[in-house]
Amino acid sequence: MGLLDRQFDNSNIVITSLDSLLNWARLSSLYQLQFGLACCAIEMMAASASNFDMMRFGVIPRATPRQVDVMIVSGTVTLKMATRIKRLYDQMAEPRYVISMGSCSNCGGPYWEHGYHVLKGVDRVIPVDVYVPGCPPRPEALIEGLIKLQEKVRNESLAKKRIA
Amino acid sequence: MTPQEISEKLAAKFSGVSDIGLEAKLDAPVDPTIKVSPNHILEVAKFLRDDDDMQFDFLSCLSGVDLKGKLAVVYQLFSMVKRHKITIRVEVPTENPSVPSVESIWRTANWHEREAYDLFGITFAGHPDLRRILLPYDWEGHPLRKDYQVPEFYNGMKVPY
Amino acid sequence: MSEAIIAPPISSTGRSLRTEEMIINMGPQHPSTHGVLRLELIVDGEIVVDVVPHIGYLHRCFEKHCEHMTNYQQVIPYVDRMDYVCSMNNEFAYVVAAERLLKIQVPERVEYIRVIMAELQRIASHLIAVGTYGIDIGAFTPFLYCFRDREMILDLFEMTCGARLLYNYMWIGGLSHDIPVEFVPKAKEFCGYFRKQLRDFNDLLTYNEIFVKRTANVGLLPADVAVNFACSGPMLRGSGVNWDLRRDDPYSVYHKFDWDIAVGKGEVGPVGSCWDRHIVRMAEMEQSIRIVEQALEQIPEGDVQSAIPKRIRPNPGEVYARTESPRGELGFYIVSDGTGTPYRIKARSPGFVNLSVINEISRGSMIADLVAIIGSIDIVLGEVDR
Repeated sequence: MGLLDRQFDNSNIVITSLDSLLNWARLSSLYQLQFGLACCAIEMMAASASNFDMMRFGVIPRATPRQVDVMIVSGTVTLKMATRIKRLYDQMAEPRYVISMGSCSNCGGPYWEHGYHVLKGVDRVIPVDVYVPGCPPRPEALIEGLIKLQEKVRNESLAKKRIA
Repeated sequence: MTPQEISEKLAAKFSGVSDIGLEAKLDAPVDPTIKVSPNHILEVAKFLRDDDDMQFDFLSCLSGVDLKGKLAVVYQLFSMVKRHKITIRVEVPTENPSVPSVESIWRTANWHEREAYDLFGITFAGHPDLRRILLPYDWEGHPLRKDYQVPEFYNGMKVPY
Repeated sequence: MSEAIIAPPISSTGRSLRTEEMIINMGPQHPSTHGVLRLELIVDGEIVVDVVPHIGYLHRCFEKHCEHMTNYQQVIPYVDRMDYVCSMNNEFAYVVAAERLLKIQVPERVEYIRVIMAELQRIASHLIAVGTYGIDIGAFTPFLYCFRDREMILDLFEMTCGARLLYNYMWIGGLSHDIPVEFVPKAKEFCGYFRKQLRDFNDLLTYNEIFVKRTANVGLLPADVAVNFACSGPMLRGSGVNWDLRRDDPYSVYHKFDWDIAVGKGEVGPVGSCWDRHIVRMAEMEQSIRIVEQALEQIPEGDVQSAIPKRIRPNPGEVYARTESPRGELGFYIVSDGTGTPYRIKARSPGFVNLSVINEISRGSMIADLVAIIGSIDIVLGEVDR
C-alpha cells in the first residue's frame, strides 16, 4: 500500500476546490493530436520517443481530433493545408488547446518573405495558446511549452467559463 | 558514348527533317546540351530510348526554366546500361507554351510535367492527366515565372507577411 | 413517380465510378501517411482499385526562395529543410552541384568528413524509416529502439555543429566547423555498438513472422517498371536492380572505400516486395557503418575552410549533379546567369519520383496493405512537395 492509499484508508477525505481537482486531472492527461507537418514533426516524434518520453506528462497521441485536448501544430502551414487545420481544430472537443511549434507556424519562419504558398503563422486561422520558438525547437523546448500549457490549464476555471 | 558521338548520331538520324533545330552545346556550360525543336521532341526521345547505342532508359529530371521571353524544358537523360548521359533542351515562347508530352516514353515524366505545368504554365500536349500538382486547383498564375506577382489574398487568408 | 437521376461520382482524374466502387479519402491528417500526404482511394469493398495521390500540402516554395537569395551559400539552410530527415545528404548534393558549377576542388579532409556525416545521416534516416514502418505495420517497440540509437547519431552531429536536425554544416568549398577531437573515438564507439544493435533490429522486426506476412507479398514493383518510373534508392534496389550512384556515378571519395551494394533478393517472397525494400534499408545501414569505420581510419589532416570562396559568382551555365540520398537519387539542377544569385534551382527529389509509382504498385491490394506500401516507399513530404 502506498502512502496516498493509506491517506485514503484513514480519513477518506481530501479537501480541494472542484476547479483544482478538474484542472489537475485535465493537465495530467493532455491527449495530443497525432499529426505532423514538417521538420518539427521529427522533433515532436523524438520528444515522444525513448529519450525524452513525453508520455510521462500524460501526452498520448491519438489519431482522431475527437479524442484530443491539444493540437501541436508542428511545422510549416501552407495555404493548402490551412483549411484542413481549421477543420481539424473545429472537430476537437472543448476545452481545446493549440501549441504552435517552431518558427514556421509561429510566423512563417524562413519562408516569411518569398513563401507564396506559406501561411505566415497558424494564428491567422486558429487561436494559439503556447508558442514554442526555434527552427526546429529541441524536444526540451517542446516539453517546456507543454509545461507552460499545463500552467495555463491549472489556472483556469471550467465552472466560471461556463457562466461567462 | 561521348556527348560528341551522341550529337553526331542524332544529327545523322534526323538529317532529313528540316525543322529539327538540333543545336549542340558541348563545351561552354558544364553539362553538354543538345537543343531540339519542340515539334520533334517526341521522335527524338523515342529514338534516344530505343536505339541500341543510346538506350537512355532513365529520365532523371525534367525541369522548366523561365528565360524571360522564352520558356525552356530541360530533360536530364541517363542510360543505366551504357552509363552515359545527355541533356536535351527545348524552348518555347511564353505565350501559349506547348510541348509534346514524353509521358508515353518515360512514365516518370508524368509528375514532372505536371509540376512544370503547375509552376510555369507549360502545357504538355498528349499528357493523360494534366492537373496542378503542388498548388491548389483554384490557384491563379504560375509562381516560378519571373514576372509572377504574389496575390494579396487566397481564400480569405492573407498571403504576404 | 419521378426518377431521380444521380450522376455517378467522378474521381479527380476524371474517371467515373462503377456502382460498386466508392471513394475513400486518406489524409492529409492520417497517422500512417508519414506527413501530409493525401490519397484519394477508389475502392471496391476493401480492395484498392485506383490511388490518386494529392501532394503539395507542404509546398514551401523552395525553388522560389533560391531565386531570391543574394548568395549561393544562403540556399543551404533551405536545402536542409527540404528533406528534414537527412539534411546532411541534401547539403551534400547541393554542394556537389555548386562545386561542379564553380569548378572548386575541395580538400581531402573535407571530403572525408562529408562522407562520414552523410553516412551517419543515412543511418539516422533509415532508423526513422524502419521505426515508423514498424508502427505502420503494428509493431511499436522497434520505434523506441530506433529513436534511442538515432539520438546517439544526433549527439555526434550536435557535438560537431551544434544542431540536432538542420545543420547548415556543409558549405560550398568546405565545412562550417572542423570535427572536434573527441568526435573520432565517439564515432568509432558508436559503430561498434550499432553493429550489434542491427542484429537486434533484424530479430525484432525484419524476421518477425507477422511482419513478414504483412510485407512479403505486397506492393510488388517489377524492375522494368521501376526504371521507367525512374525510381531510385532502396525502391530500385529492392526490385533487384544493382544500382547505386555512389558507385555508378561516383562523387566525393566513395571509390576509396570497400563496401557492397544491398540488393533485394526475394528472400521471403517475390523480388520487389515491401519486405525487400525494408531489408535493403537494413543492409544499407550495415554498409554505411563499414564506410564510416574506414573513413574514420583514413581521415587526413588539413584545413576544412581553405577552399571556401570569398565571392561566389559562377560563369553562366548549367549543371545537374546527383547523389545518393537515403531515399534515392537526389539531384540539383542549377542554372547560373553569371550573377551571385542562382537563376534557377530545381531539386529532383527522390521521394517525389518514387511516390509517383504508388498507383502502379498498389492496385488490387487491400487498404491495410496500402499502409505497408506507403511506409516502404519511405517518403518525406518536405522533399516531395519542396
